[in-house]
Amino acid sequence: MKYTEEHEWLLVDGDIVTVGITAHAAEQLGDVVFVELPEVGGEVTKDDEIVVIESVKAASDILAPLDGEVVEVNDAIVDEPSKVNDDPEGEAWFFKLKVADMSPMDDYMDEAGYKSFIG
Amino acid sequence: MSDLKITPLTELHRGLGAKMVPFAGYLMPVQYPMGIMKEHLHTRQKAGLFDVSHMGQVILRGDSYSAVAEAFERLIPMDVLGLPEGRQRYGVFTNDAGGIEDDLMFANRGDHLFVVVNAACKDADIARIKAALEPAITVEQVVDRALIALQGPRAEAALEALVPGVAAMRFMDVATFSYNGAELWISRSGYTGEDGYEISIPEAVTASFASALLEHPEVEPIGLGARDSLRLEGGLCLYGHDIDADTRPLEAALGWAIQKVRRPGGAREGGFPGAAKVFADLNGAAPRKRVGLRPDGRAPMREGVELFASAEGGAPIGRITSGGFGPTVGGPVAMGYVNRDYATPYTQIFGELRGKRMPVTIATLPFVAANFKR
Repeated sequence: MKYTEEHEWLLVDGDIVTVGITAHAAEQLGDVVFVELPEVGGEVTKDDEIVVIESVKAASDILAPLDGEVVEVNDAIVDEPSKVNDDPEGEAWFFKLKVADMSPMDDYMDEAGYKSFIG
Repeated sequence: MSDLKITPLTELHRGLGAKMVPFAGYLMPVQYPMGIMKEHLHTRQKAGLFDVSHMGQVILRGDSYSAVAEAFERLIPMDVLGLPEGRQRYGVFTNDAGGIEDDLMFANRGDHLFVVVNAACKDADIARIKAALEPAITVEQVVDRALIALQGPRAEAALEALVPGVAAMRFMDVATFSYNGAELWISRSGYTGEDGYEISIPEAVTASFASALLEHPEVEPIGLGARDSLRLEGGLCLYGHDIDADTRPLEAALGWAIQKVRRPGGAREGGFPGAAKVFADLNGAAPRKRVGLRPDGRAPMREGVELFASAEGGAPIGRITSGGFGPTVGGPVAMGYVNRDYATPYTQIFGELRGKRMPVTIATLPFVAANFKR
C-alpha cells in the first residue's frame, strides 16, 4: 500500500491501481454525504480532479494519482456515502485505474512515511 | 490561539473530546466525537446541550420598562412597548439604508429589557445602543453570565428535573428560576426549530449545571456544526450570511417580525433607522427575497453558489447564502436570495456547481416543521 499527500491510499495489483481515502482523511472530513465518481472508460491525467466528496462540513476532491484509464468505480459509495466513514480503507474504495507507467508510484509514501506525514 | 476568549465550559468541552475552533473571537466546540450528523439527529429526537456563551447579553434600564421600550423602539422596527412582561420577541437592528445591522432576541423582564445579540456584532451593538439611548437609559453588558441552550423534544423533561417549573413555560416565555442558589434567566426559545430553552446562568455554576444536564441519559453535547445544520433546516437566518447590513427585513422575509403598530398607519409607525427604505419593500415590492432552496440532486450547494433562471446562459438571478446537507431532511438544503419573479415556491431554477448548472426548486421554509410548545 502506498499513500499520497492528498491522503489517498493506492493498492497495486498488476497494472491496476485501486484508490481510496485514508481513515485519517475520512475522520477529518466528517460525515460524508455525497460522492461523485469519474466515468468508467475515461482517460485521466495525474492531478486531475476526478472525484468530488462532500461532507456535512465541506466539499473536497480526489486527484488522479497517476495517468491511466478508469476501469471500475465503486457505485456503492455513491448510493451510500456514509460507507466512506465506516470502512474507508476497505469496502469504500473509490475507483480503479489501469496504469501503463507505474514509475510515479515510487514517489508516494509507504505506511510508515504516511504515519509520520500525518503526525 | 492565545487571544481567543474561552467560556466557563471550555474545559468541559475538552474533557468531552470536542474539536475546538475559533468562532467570533472565541474558542468554541464545532463537534464532539459523536459527529455533526448524529449530533443533529440526536437534537431532533432527544435533547442537545449547546454552549452559546459567546453571545452578548445586555440589560437596558430606565425609569420604567415603558421608558426603556419606547427608547429601544428608536433602534428596531419591533413592538417593544406592547411586549407583555415575561415574554420575548425576535428583532433586528436597522441602519439608515434599512439594512440589518444584527438580529436579536429581546425580553420584557419586568423592570428591565434583556437583550441577546450575536457574538460577532455585540461590541458594535452595545456601542450603537449606548450612543442612541444614554444617558436616559443605562446599558449594561452582562459579563459574569454564561448562556447555554437545551434543545429538542426531551429538553423539557431534562430541564424540569433540575429546575422544577420550566415545563409550564410556553414558547417565547421568559422567567427567573433558581438552581443551587444561583439565579437562572430562562427563555423557552432557541435556534434549532425544536422546543427548548436558553439559560443565562452565573459563570461560577455553569460547569456544574451543564454537567448535571449531561448526566441525563437523553442529553448530549452538541457543537456549532450541528447548530448550523439545525438552524438551516429550521429556516433561521445566520447573521453575516443570510442577513447583513445590505439586506432589508422584507427582502429577508422577516416582515412577520415587524408588528402592525410600527408599520405605516400604526400608532407608533416608523421612528427607527431606515424606516422609509424598509416600508418601501412592503406589499411585495422588495426586488429580491430570501427563499428556501432544494437542490434536486444529492450534491450540497453551499454559500456563494450562483442561481440562474435557465440551464444555460443569462445573468445570475440570485445567490445561495447558506447551504449544506440537512440530516433530518436527508438531502441537500439551502437558502438564498432570488429576484422576486422567481421567489414563488416550487419554481424551478438552477444552481451552478463546479461549472455545471444543476436543478434547484424554490421551497417553503422551514424545511423541518417547527416543534414549539406554543
